[in-house]
Amino acid sequence: MSLLTTPLDALHRELGAKMVPFAGYDMPVQYPTGIIKEHLHTRAAAGLFDVSHMGQVVIEGQGAADRLESLVPVDIQALGIDRQTYALFTNDRGGVLDDLIITRWGENRFFLVVNAACKQQDIAHLRAHLDGQSLTVLEQQALLALQGPAAREVIRELCPGAAELVFMQGCRADIEGVEAYITCSGYTGEDGFEISVAADRAEHIARALLSIDTVQPIGLGARDSLRLEAGLCLYGHELSTEIDPIQAGLMWSISRARRADGARPGGFPGADVILQRMVDKPPLRRVGLVVDGRRPMREGQEVLDSGGRRVGSICSACYGSSVGKPIAMAYVERDSGEVGTSLQVAVRDKLLPVTVTAMPFVPQRYFRG
Amino acid sequence: MSQTPSELKYASSHEWARLEEGGTVTVGITDHAQDALGDVVFVELPEVGATLAAGDDAGVVESVKAASDIYAPVGGEVIAINEQLEDEPETVNADPYNDGWFFKLQPSDTSELDGLLSAEDYQKQCDDE
Repeated sequence: MSLLTTPLDALHRELGAKMVPFAGYDMPVQYPTGIIKEHLHTRAAAGLFDVSHMGQVVIEGQGAADRLESLVPVDIQALGIDRQTYALFTNDRGGVLDDLIITRWGENRFFLVVNAACKQQDIAHLRAHLDGQSLTVLEQQALLALQGPAAREVIRELCPGAAELVFMQGCRADIEGVEAYITCSGYTGEDGFEISVAADRAEHIARALLSIDTVQPIGLGARDSLRLEAGLCLYGHELSTEIDPIQAGLMWSISRARRADGARPGGFPGADVILQRMVDKPPLRRVGLVVDGRRPMREGQEVLDSGGRRVGSICSACYGSSVGKPIAMAYVERDSGEVGTSLQVAVRDKLLPVTVTAMPFVPQRYFRG
Repeated sequence: MSQTPSELKYASSHEWARLEEGGTVTVGITDHAQDALGDVVFVELPEVGATLAAGDDAGVVESVKAASDIYAPVGGEVIAINEQLEDEPETVNADPYNDGWFFKLQPSDTSELDGLLSAEDYQKQCDDE
């Protein structure tokens, strides 16, 4: 099967990117600068990410908020216009089908950004649950992310209309003569923006952003290490149909109104399982691990307690460039997951000493106004 | 385009070997290998005094992307390791053929070097990958 490409494919190649297959797309994993420098640059200035592989979907029509509420444990009714929320598509067993961002574009109009790997499944899932509302996949729309402490100044320069956005807020704005929908959001733990623009104008916007001194192109490699340091989940690693939101440490993503004692309790797939989990506490929990040393951990490696008993496994690992050490996220038995607990990770023929560490590994720097 | 110095010998597993004037052999990984691995964050080296046969496991190099075994390109006794790599593994990326060397061997049989690839043949192998 041939790989799909994003509207910035030619630009990535011109910039010397190493391309790798990811979720069916040919994507830049890094540029000649390398993953560590790209990561550090994003935390120090601003990084430009091509996230056009992600699915952009619009749901519109009378009752759209109710229909979405039947699929996600979020108070969609309370979501203001041009405000965003993190959400999970849950299944009947309380597992997670995908995580996504929902933005309210109008009383009955919602903009969804979903993971590339889950895109087709999500669209089918949505279609199966709509009741007369329309679903439009924005196939001809690119998505760029500009992340880092300098991102806001860059936006102020190129798109003043979006420079006052606060975290999880969006607006329609003109950037370099192109109409875009810009949100203050991202996947790095930094202040930043995501810019949805017509595919045929995406390269023009990307070049304008890259022409500013503080902006460098950043590949998927650094995107992963940045999100891991920020303690953010990645579907297929920390989230799956086998993991419920409570085990994943995402209780905060279940809106108050949808909880057992809320105004509209339950009413989403697997609500009975998930709401019971909030009471029972799951046997496993998601934790951060930091290695005492330099040797990196890898996904899938077993986590042992100090006595050598298996207590869990690693779901994501990377070199935390800003932390300056290898870091990981793991699911471990509840009793082994207290911050400060000394554990071990089986790396090939050795046992690495690791410590359970609070997440995020680096402070989040979202702009909340 | 990666560098492949003509005066070195190469293993198909991407190590280089340099016969020094005193008869010792210095070993490292190639420019092609460091480029494919990406940023190196950890190097495990053999112990000084260990005796290795050609093809034996001699350590591990771990990058932001992957772990890769290092093999001894020729047999011999390990007489030195590059301790700088413990604190500055990124030297492997910056200077793979000089400051980024891994270990030095006192070879048991210098003629084993003849069994390794020339720069030209190694480059051809990389081009075909």
